[in-house]
Amino acid sequence: MMTVPMETQILFAGVLFLIGLVGLLVRRNIIFMLMSIELMLNSAAMVFVMGGAHWGHADGQVMFIFILTVSAAEVSVGLALILQMYHHYRTLDADSMRKLKDHKANENL
Amino acid sequence: MTTFIWLIPVLPLISFLINVLFNRVIPRRGIALLGVGSVALSALITIIAGIKFLSIPPAGGAYTTTIYTWLSTGGFTADIAFRMDALTLVFCFVITFVGALIHLYSVEFMKDDDGFARFFAYMNLFVSSMLILVLSNNLLLLYLGWEGVGLCSYLLIGFWYKDPANDYAARKAFIVTRIGDTFMIVGLFLLVITFGTLNIDTLLRQAPLVWSSGSPVAVIAALLLLGGALGKSAQLPLQTWLPDAMAGPSPVSALIHAATMVTAGVYLIARLNVLFILAPEVLAAIAIIGAATLLIAGFSALTQHDLKRVLAYSTISQIGYMFLALGVGAWSAAIFHFMIHAFFKALLFLGAGSIILLLHEEHDMHKMGGLRKKMPIVFLTFLIGGASLSALPLITAGFYSKDQILWFSLASGIGSKWLWLAGIAGALLTSLYTFRMIFLVFFGEAKTEPKHQPGPLMTIPLIILAALSLIGGFIELPHNLGPVHLFSRLLEPVFPALILSESHAPEWIIQVISALIAIGGIYLAYLLFNKKTLSSNVIEKSRLSHFFYQGWGFDWLYNKLFVLPLVWLSQIDKKDFIDKFYSSLAHAVNYSGTLLSRTQNGKLRWYVMVMVAGLILLLTIMLNL
Repeated sequence: MMTVPMETQILFAGVLFLIGLVGLLVRRNIIFMLMSIELMLNSAAMVFVMGGAHWGHADGQVMFIFILTVSAAEVSVGLALILQMYHHYRTLDADSMRKLKDHKANENL
Repeated sequence: MTTFIWLIPVLPLISFLINVLFNRVIPRRGIALLGVGSVALSALITIIAGIKFLSIPPAGGAYTTTIYTWLSTGGFTADIAFRMDALTLVFCFVITFVGALIHLYSVEFMKDDDGFARFFAYMNLFVSSMLILVLSNNLLLLYLGWEGVGLCSYLLIGFWYKDPANDYAARKAFIVTRIGDTFMIVGLFLLVITFGTLNIDTLLRQAPLVWSSGSPVAVIAALLLLGGALGKSAQLPLQTWLPDAMAGPSPVSALIHAATMVTAGVYLIARLNVLFILAPEVLAAIAIIGAATLLIAGFSALTQHDLKRVLAYSTISQIGYMFLALGVGAWSAAIFHFMIHAFFKALLFLGAGSIILLLHEEHDMHKMGGLRKKMPIVFLTFLIGGASLSALPLITAGFYSKDQILWFSLASGIGSKWLWLAGIAGALLTSLYTFRMIFLVFFGEAKTEPKHQPGPLMTIPLIILAALSLIGGFIELPHNLGPVHLFSRLLEPVFPALILSESHAPEWIIQVISALIAIGGIYLAYLLFNKKTLSSNVIEKSRLSHFFYQGWGFDWLYNKLFVLPLVWLSQIDKKDFIDKFYSSLAHAVNYSGTLLSRTQNGKLRWYVMVMVAGLILLLTIMLNL
C-alpha cells in the first residue's frame, strides 16, 4: 500500500478548504453557499481522518462520524430554511436578504 | 392634661396616613368621616384643654410635654416637644375649630371631584403641620411645621394640576415664600450660634441678657426672622403670591390663605416678641410695612373683577393691620384681629366658594348680580361677614378688633398719627371694596342663574362662622365701652405690657371717627355701585385702576428684575465649558456608534468576509508569536 506523504495530505485538505471558502465568498446563490460550507466541513473532517491514520488512532475516525452527523443535521435545517426563503421571496440570492441590517446607519447603502 | 395635648396635631396626621395608605379601599363616606372627624376631634381636645387652661391655670402659664428627643449633637438639642400657652391656645382653637368647619364644608364642595381623597389627605396634613407650627416648643420643630404648611399650600394651590396656570400659581407661591423661609433659616442659624439653643422659652429669657436693645446682631436676627414672616404672611414686598394662590379650591383659600397659614408670620413675631422688642428699628419697620401693605392691597382689592381675588387682596390688607398692631407693640390686639379675621374671612371665602360653585365656576363679579333672592342664606351670611370685615360699629366683631388696632396705632408709645391715618384710610378702602363686592354680587339684576341651593353641609359652617363674626367681638370690649377684657387678660402673661403715650386724642373721638369712616365707606359704595348716582368709572375703567388691578405692577417689576435676568443668565450659561465637555463626550459616543453600526449592513457574504479576515488576522498574530 502506497503511503502519501503528510505534507501532500495537508495541502490537499487545505486546497479543498480554500475552494469551499472562495465558493462561499463569491457565490450569491444560497444553495451553492451551503454546498461550499459542506466542502469546508469535509476538508476539516479529512484532516481528522488523516491524523488518525498517521498516529494509528481511532479517534480521528470517530470525530469524522461526528462531523458527518452534525453536517447532515445542519444541511437539513439549512435546506428547510432555504425552502422557506424561496417560498417567501421567490429568490435564492443571499444578497437580497438584508432584513437584519441596521436601517438607521445604512440608509444610503 | 399635659399628657394628651400631643394628640391635637397627631390625630390629623394619623388620618392623613390612613387616607394616603388606604384611599383605594375606603369609600368616599369613610374618607369624609376620617378627614372631618380627625380635625373635629382635635378641636374637641383643644376646647377641653382650653377649658382646663382657663379654670386651673398651669404653673408657668403653659402645658408642656416632651415626646421624643429629635436630635442631640454637639451641645445642641431639639426635642419633639409641645408647649401650649395662651397664645398657642388661641391659634390651636382657630386652626382646629375653623378647620373642622371648613373640612365639613369641603365634603359637599368637593363631592363631585375625582381628587376627593387626595384633597382630604392634603388638608389633614396641612392642619397637622399648622398645629405643629404653633405647638412646638422650639424653633426647629416650628420650622418643620412652617415648611409643612408651605408644602401643603403648594399642593393645594396646584390641586387641579391639569391646568398649567394652576401649576404656575402653585410654583409661584412656593418659590416666593421660600425666599422668606431662607431668610428665616439663616436667622435660626444666627440664634443657634449666639444662644446654642432653639428652645423658645430659653431664647426669650436669655435674649435680653445677651443683647442690649438695638444691638446690631439683635437687629439682624430680627430682620432675618421678619423676612420669613413677610413671605409667609404675604406682606410687602413678598405679597405677590397670594392673589395667584386663589387658583386652589375655595375651601383651601378659606383655610390656608385666609384663616391660618398666612397668619403664621403674625404668630412668629408675636411668639418671639422679646427678640423684636430688642430691635426697635425692626419693630418700627413692621408697623410701616403693615401700613403700606394694607393700603396697597386695599387699592388693589377695590379694582379686582374676580370675586376671590378681592378677598385675597383683602386678606393681605387685613394681615397688614395685624402687622401694624405688632409693630406698635399691641400684641394682643394683633392676635385678637387674627382670630376675628379668621372667622369672617373664612366665612367670606366659603360664601364665595358656594357662589362660584353654583354659578358654574363663574369668578367675575360683573357677571353675577341679583343673588340676594336666589341664595338667601349665602347672602345673609356673606353680608354679616362683609359687615364684620368693614368693621360696622358695635354689632360686628370686626369693629372691636380693628378699632383696637387703630386706637393703639395712635396711642401706643411707639405709634404715630401717620400709622393711624394709614389705618383709617385702609378702613375706608375696606368698607368700600367689601360693599362694592356685595352690591355687585347680590344686588342689581340677575345675570347668571345658580344651579341649585347649597346643601346643609355648606350652609351650617356658614351660619356658625357668621354667628362668630358677630358675637366674637364681645369678649374684648374697648376700655371706655365696658369692663370685658377676657381676651387680653388671657394673653397678658405671654406679652409684655403696652406703654401708651401721654398725649393723644381721647379714645371715643377715635372710635367715632373709625365708625363714621366704616359707615361712610358703605354709603359711598351704595352710591357708586347700587344707586349709581356717582360714576364708578374711576374705579372700574381708569388707567390708575388698571395699575391697581395689576397689583401695583409688582409682578411686572419682579419679572423684569429677577425672573428675566435669571432666565437670560441660564440661557447663556447653558453652553459653558463643563457642559461642552459632557456634550462632546456624548457626541463622540454617538458618532462611533454610528460608525460601528454601518458594519451591520445585513449582507451575509460581508459577514463571512469579515469573519475570514478576522481569522486571518488572528492566525497571523499567533504565528508571529
